Amino acid sequence: MKSRVIAVPYVIWSGIFIIVPTLFVGYFAFTDSNGTFTFENISKIGKYANVFGRSIVYAAVATVLCLIFGYLLAYFMAHLKEHQKSLCLVLLMLPMWINLVLRTQALQNILMDNGVINRLLGLLNIPSLKLLDTSFSVVLGLIYNYLPFMVLPIFTSLEKLDNKVIEAAQDLGANSVNVFTKITLPLSMPGVYSGIIMVFIPCLSTFVISEKLGGGKVYLIGNVINDMFNQNYNFNVGAAISLVMMLIMIITLVVFGFLDDETKEGIL
Amino acid sequence: MDKVIIRLQNIHIEFDDETIIENLNLDIKDKEFVTLLGPSGCGKTTTLRTIAGFVTPDRGDIIFDGVRINDLPPHKRQVNTIFQKYALFPHLNVYDNIAFGLRINKTPKEEINKKIHEILDIVNLKGYHKRSVDSLSGGQQQRVAIARALVNNPRVLLLDEPLGALDLKLRKDMQIELKRIQKQMGITFVYVTHDQEEALTMSDTVVVMKNGLIQQIGKPKDIYDEPANAFVADFIGESNILSGTMIRDFLVNFDDAEFVCVDKGFGENTPVDVVVRPEDIAICDPDKGAIKAVVKIVTFKGVHYEMIAQSKNYSWKIHSTQYQPEGSQIGMNIIPEYIHIMKKEAGTAN
Ligand SMILES: Nc1ncnc2c1ncn2[C@@H]1O[C@H](COP(=O)(O)OP(=O)(O)O)[C@@H](O)[C@H]1O
Ligand SMILES: [Mg+2]
Repeated sequence: MKSRVIAVPYVIWSGIFIIVPTLFVGYFAFTDSNGTFTFENISKIGKYANVFGRSIVYAAVATVLCLIFGYLLAYFMAHLKEHQKSLCLVLLMLPMWINLVLRTQALQNILMDNGVINRLLGLLNIPSLKLLDTSFSVVLGLIYNYLPFMVLPIFTSLEKLDNKVIEAAQDLGANSVNVFTKITLPLSMPGVYSGIIMVFIPCLSTFVISEKLGGGKVYLIGNVINDMFNQNYNFNVGAAISLVMMLIMIITLVVFGFLDDETKEGIL
Repeated sequence: MDKVIIRLQNIHIEFDDETIIENLNLDIKDKEFVTLLGPSGCGKTTTLRTIAGFVTPDRGDIIFDGVRINDLPPHKRQVNTIFQKYALFPHLNVYDNIAFGLRINKTPKEEINKKIHEILDIVNLKGYHKRSVDSLSGGQQQRVAIARALVNNPRVLLLDEPLGALDLKLRKDMQIELKRIQKQMGITFVYVTHDQEEALTMSDTVVVMKNGLIQQIGKPKDIYDEPANAFVADFIGESNILSGTMIRDFLVNFDDAEFVCVDKGFGENTPVDVVVRPEDIAICDPDKGAIKAVVKIVTFKGVHYEMIAQSKNYSWKIHSTQYQPEGSQIGMNIIPEYIHIMKKEAGTAN
């Protein structure tokens, strides 16, 4: 009951900024340029199936890598002394206060053919590498931008883990591998699921990162939508694609949100 | 019963340059119920954690069944612990909590199943195996913690104030139950508590500690009847503790009166501490008592009255079934066996 009262401002906010725009998207997706109802836009989406596929693969690869590095980082941070923890948190959050476009631009300058890395390699007489405009640079950009969103929830769930529970496991014969697989990992799964949601969804819809670091060679669904609205002025197909993308995101949310609830229920 | 299973030898532990345990020596016999008793902060938990392997002593040896185990990590020690706040695994149900140790040891499934149902029976939790641990009451969680440790058949079970979080009635029931389990399964119990009554009723041996130092080791009755010093006397049960003088062997002076006693070997005219239990004081007519006093406060305690009586030098606590009104003059006598003389300690009361 109480939680419902607290939710009122959120409901109003989401009504204005989420529901109404979504209705517009729905409207454009099912009408032609004259405003008559049609399925034509939806039927055109098939053309972009490979782009959808590519976007999902890129987002998934970035999410998995974020999960591996993010878990290691979060685990390391959770075992630091208190003041070291705060320092690490600040270092982790600091880049997030800089605009995403700016950060990505900076990464571009680092990876360019005559960028920081290649100039350093030049000084060492090592032939320069093709770093920018590759799948590598796009995935790197995704990880660089979204890693904190993986680290924070995992770190929080590891922080909450009671050391007594770990001692209890050791007491019952668990070595460090057992402790990790049977206690630490399962008890940090809520953080893992939240992290997956918070990384996968923005990775799926990115267009800035693929544009700046992929140089048009890595064309993702975000770029398609961006072009539909800003170059081709085909709002209707753009809206239809957006609608499908939303569907994919909702599926992601439902699956991992559901898993999250399951584990939380087990713990609370 | 007489074989020593754990020997703590000259154990010395410091945290942040502060001595927590000082030269601790303790032998724990097989199948014995040993209780570490002392006020909060005296180092009981630290001693227990040393046996479990979570604390490494700065000096001294931990000998388990004749083998030095200082460097053996907790998961390889043949002891199991019941933690102060249970520390159940929140993501596992009752069954999986209890099965944890057995699964680590790769016990076959059918055997795990059989053992868990047996142990659930022993701890009176039949039918609870599918419940999530957070749906259980404090007493039930406690019993899951006991089952989780006992199911592994440990040689030694360490219990850190296991009943501390329970209400009085439940605590009494669990005391009896733990004692029964200990006898039934023939396991050595090392039990930590700050509750002297609990220690006296459950233990074979009580170890009284203060500031990381063992004050006395003995059977509950011996510790109660013959406390080694004023601290033990004060901590175990209620006591009158006075300063006195040992005039010579078998004669002591306290509260301006001379008493025959059973103690000797203190020397002549030596200052000593004298301990008299409230229930060991006999009330008589004022002119027949060795000490005269005026009753100040009377409280009915169910079986007996508790009286505070002021003599010339001391405010006595007396337990008696004989009612004396407040303000009345009484005489007090104490027979030699009930006078406990101990060496004077620095900083003793009175
Ligand atoms: N990990 C630790 N670091 C520093 N001091 C500690 C630590 N553990 C216990 N102590 C200190 O050691 C003393 C004894 O603690 P403990 O063994 O828990 O006492 P008890 O169980 O008898 O209440 C206390 O003064 C406590 O503050
Ligand atoms: Mg303690």
